Amino acid sequence: MTGAEKVRQAIEEANRKARAALIPYLCAWDPDLETTRALLWALAEAGASVVELGFPFSDPLADGPTIQAATQRALRHQPSLEDFLEFVAGLYAEDYPLPIVVMGYYNPFFRFGLKRFAREAREAGLCGAIIPDLPLEEARPWLREARRRGLASVMLVAPTTPAERLERIAQVSTGFLYYVSVTGITGARDRLPEDLALRLDLCREVSPVPVAVGFGIARPEQVKMLAPHAEAIVVGSALVKIVEAEGSRAPEKVKRFVKDLVSAAERS
Amino acid sequence: MLPNKQGKFGPFGGRFVPETLMPALAELEEAYRRLKRDSGFRRELAWYLREYAGRPTPLYPARRLSEALGGHLRIYLKREDLLHTGAHKINNTLGQVLLARRMGKRRIIAETGAGQHGVATATAAALLGLECVVYMGAKDTVRQAMNVFRMELLGAKVIPVESGTQTLKDAINEAIRDWVTNVETTFYVIGSVVGPHPYPMIVRDFQSVIGREARRQILKLEGRLPDMVIACVGGGSNAMGIFYPFVRDQVVKLVGVEAAGQGLESDRHSATLTVGEPGVLHGMMTYLLQDRVGQIKGAHSIAPGLDYPGVGPEHAFLKECGRAEYVAVDDEEALSAFRLLSETEGIIPALESAHAVAYLVKIADRLPRDTIVVVNLSGRGDKDVAAVRDYLSGKTA
Repeated sequence: MTGAEKVRQAIEEANRKARAALIPYLCAWDPDLETTRALLWALAEAGASVVELGFPFSDPLADGPTIQAATQRALRHQPSLEDFLEFVAGLYAEDYPLPIVVMGYYNPFFRFGLKRFAREAREAGLCGAIIPDLPLEEARPWLREARRRGLASVMLVAPTTPAERLERIAQVSTGFLYYVSVTGITGARDRLPEDLALRLDLCREVSPVPVAVGFGIARPEQVKMLAPHAEAIVVGSALVKIVEAEGSRAPEKVKRFVKDLVSAAERS
Repeated sequence: MLPNKQGKFGPFGGRFVPETLMPALAELEEAYRRLKRDSGFRRELAWYLREYAGRPTPLYPARRLSEALGGHLRIYLKREDLLHTGAHKINNTLGQVLLARRMGKRRIIAETGAGQHGVATATAAALLGLECVVYMGAKDTVRQAMNVFRMELLGAKVIPVESGTQTLKDAINEAIRDWVTNVETTFYVIGSVVGPHPYPMIVRDFQSVIGREARRQILKLEGRLPDMVIACVGGGSNAMGIFYPFVRDQVVKLVGVEAAGQGLESDRHSATLTVGEPGVLHGMMTYLLQDRVGQIKGAHSIAPGLDYPGVGPEHAFLKECGRAEYVAVDDEEALSAFRLLSETEGIIPALESAHAVAYLVKIADRLPRDTIVVVNLSGRGDKDVAAVRDYLSGKTA
């Protein structure tokens, strides 16, 4: 099975159990790689479906203060994509059960070489990538390499994306399509846009792949509200905040919180 | 004509931004292409440039500087330092803020490093009665406290950016984050020929008034084109502005001067084109100062306006195709030129512009008799006087 198929199947499996799949985001190396490893196992035990694992970049221009700070903590370890792939390969050697997609800005991948990255990602067992600063018009070289290696090339759409463009983006997105809930950057929010459910329904009508909603989603109530309107829900900054506060003691707390989110994702 | 439809100059440029901004960039491009042909808009901009900013600026024959360099060269200074707010930045901010007003945007945001672009944006926003927010690295707000006060006097709100290296590149990140969040109401005035398409094109077009004037002036003064045009390059807007109208004149040698800071081996420089490598930052594919794994490195120069780890994509293209040459001079060389121009011509140049002068000083002996050289004097040095005094008295600038 390809990486893209694994991601899609993990989401569909949750949907078959009448719930939205939960996709937690964490930044690798925050605060260190051992903690990241423990956190990833905690996510699996808590019932998450797919993991979005951040590769830190010096200039994260789509991220709010929480993930910016996580990035800074992670960069102190001076990580490389080689290290990242080695880490992922290590997890799968220990039979880690969830598909992992990397979330990272374009420059490190470009510098590594897209062809080489796609090849080595597949060898490591990584299932795909989300590259927030690589819109449709610039994505062709990456889409080609990802397709060749069966990796999920998760594309993003936003509230500002016109309907016709949304359809074109949905056609090339594999694994899932990432719907950005707000016009803005990542980070927990008290309120989500009023028409979000409606927009998600429209998005799902045209998307051939499952639709995940992310940005700003931080609480079980929000997950509960969105669960009927999306195949998957991404929660990031809320988890990163726990890691920030608890450091190496975070896995236990993260596990409890993600369990709550997973139960909130049930479509009652 | 470059850029092409995708906003590419060869392999450089493009639009590497979050999806949220893609429709806004398309809207901006559409509005700009329409207004560029609109005679009312062109007249309005020309009027403000003339009556408010002080265009055209003189092309001044620097006779005493020529003498000091051996007397065999015909050196001209394009006096952008004489413009309102003290540098070429106003050419661009007037253009973009007028564009914003035409597009019905009431809120202006900008990034600034040393504060010159922030001041020029705040000035244009005050002139046209628009709200203005300027992002500035927290370190820069301390180093350039007077410019913070200046922007506040002009009615702008200055927001210190605490993330990353707390300098210009982080201020750009934060301005982009603001724009992503407030894209419906807000116009982002970028200060150099950088960022996602169409910004490098728009800023180049607004700045190319420098080169159009200089070309006309030199033809009138000398009856022929110059042999060489020299300009400093940080992001590269003054250089692109003076180069662009000469690009098709193959006989004119175009030279961009980057900041070698404390030396190219020191890791304390801003010589992006000279020693950087291609990559993606701030929405564009261009040359960058980056490490092995693609993290962006900090830049350094005694000239705060050159302190940027990227460069305009059209410069990257002009370098690759060999149409322009890019070189670097260090802090010490720039300081010597700063003093030389002050003493010989009574013109205190901005430290940025002093880099262009410094390169001329460096190569003067090798140039044949009667070589005509145009140096873009992009800004005046009032802003740098205190820093230079501190530096010369042994403190770090």
